[in-house]
Amino acid sequence: MKERLRTLRIYPALLALGGVVVAFSSAWAGEDAGMSLLNNRCASCHNLRGPAPSSIHALWARKAPDLFYAGNKFRRKWLISWLQKPVRIRPAGEFYADHIKPGPKRDMVDESTLKPHLALSAADAKLAADALMKLRAHDDLIAKEQVPEGTISTSMGSLVFDKFLGCMACHRIRKDFGGLSGPELYTAGERLKPRFMASYIRSPQAWDPKIWMPNKHVSDTRIIQLVHYLQALSKGGSHE
Amino acid sequence: MNKKSFLFLGAITLWTLSPVLAGTSIAASAKDNYRTYCAQCHGIAGNGRGINIRDMSVQPRNHTDAEYMSQRSDDDLAKADREGGLAIDKSVLMPPWGDTLSPSEIQDMVQYLRTLCHCKYNSQ
Ligand code: HEC
Ligand code: HEC
Ligand code: HEC
Repeated sequence: MKERLRTLRIYPALLALGGVVVAFSSAWAGEDAGMSLLNNRCASCHNLRGPAPSSIHALWARKAPDLFYAGNKFRRKWLISWLQKPVRIRPAGEFYADHIKPGPKRDMVDESTLKPHLALSAADAKLAADALMKLRAHDDLIAKEQVPEGTISTSMGSLVFDKFLGCMACHRIRKDFGGLSGPELYTAGERLKPRFMASYIRSPQAWDPKIWMPNKHVSDTRIIQLVHYLQALSKGGSHE
Repeated sequence: MNKKSFLFLGAITLWTLSPVLAGTSIAASAKDNYRTYCAQCHGIAGNGRGINIRDMSVQPRNHTDAEYMSQRSDDDLAKADREGGLAIDKSVLMPPWGDTLSPSEIQDMVQYLRTLCHCKYNSQ
């Protein structure tokens, strides 16, 4: 009899606890359908947790760009559309030196080694984009940047980008002009957040310690000009 | 396996190993750093013909050119690597690597460049 009384007293407590657990886990599942999509279909190539490679050999082994700071980097709208219709961003893929071969005049990209990116349905793209936007390991770096709205003529912008700073050596600023070892930048304004661009130009190593983009010690004024220029390019600003 | 082919195999093995053995004095990491950071412009073979060069207004230096490279001192080469082209009155297209490579990695890189040109500094 005593035993039964005790059980009776414990019951409501157990029930309440159970209720809390159920409520929690369903909220969890709702929130994380996107995250489990990333874990199941993306994590085999992309690093979703960090940190970035800290040695050359880890850099070489990286199969795809890091996504653990995707929410600091990308514009959500671009993610949703690119994930449905992915196109090449890095002309020589990742890691670039694994995708080049000697050519008659210069080294060439070995296209046969580059594979198309998987595409998602509209619903999955939205789910993935929302989960990616929550990965923000570098709020600290973004907080240091201010990019006021502004414009720059594309002729002044290209002078800064090509002649003063030599960025064209590795980046394309038109489909058919520029270097191949870095991501193309004529769509950077659509793809990237302005404060990410500013921060990355200030110190690529702060984001990715072993990356093959050098720190050129670009001044604050020039950084703002460059961001405005990249924004102008992706708005279809003509380039001469 | 007869004696002749055994000797032959031995010789082949030594021959393939010799660059590896000789190379151990220069940090292997210099070669890896070159492939990662320099080959994009200077070429996988170090001949100045990397994937990036088509639209560059100044072409990257051919590091296998002994005639040119022997006129540059080790300090000149280290300065170019560390501070970039502008610091030595050359093109801005040659970037500074001082935030990427440590001072000792830059010294190792200079020694690696010497193996590409098979040359030493020759002041005349
Ligand atoms: C087989 C390997 C592989 C898988 C699986 C994969 N990706 Fe990728 N992803 C890549 C590579 C390689 C690139 C670089 C493409 C380029 O630059 O042209 C890339 C690029 C991206 C980019 C652009 C990154 C940037 O920094 O420019 C995003 C966003 C992305 N992937 C999201 C995803 C998502 C979401 C999934 C899962 C649904 C996924 N990827 C699955 C290999 C993969
Ligand atoms: C030696 C080659 C090289 C030079 C020179 C260079 N970059 Fe880069 N850049 C890269 C690489 C490599 C990346 C990162 C690729 C990645 O994340 O996979 C990058 C990334 C970027 C990004 C982020 C793009 C993205 O999609 O992630 C911006 C913006 C950028 N560079 C701007 C510049 C500017 C402005 C200059 C001139 C001051 C410059 N770069 C000079 C190689 C270079
Ligand atoms: C973005 C392209 C680019 C990259 C990447 C690059 N270089 Fe250069 N480099 C150049 C160009 C262009 C020149 C020629 C400059 C001139 O003659 O005005 C040059 C010249 C040089 C010179 C000759 C300097 C002299 O005294 O004449 C050395 C040495 C050199 N590079 C070393 C390196 C090393 C080491 C690396 C890798 C850590 C590297 N470069 C990466 C473009 C590049």
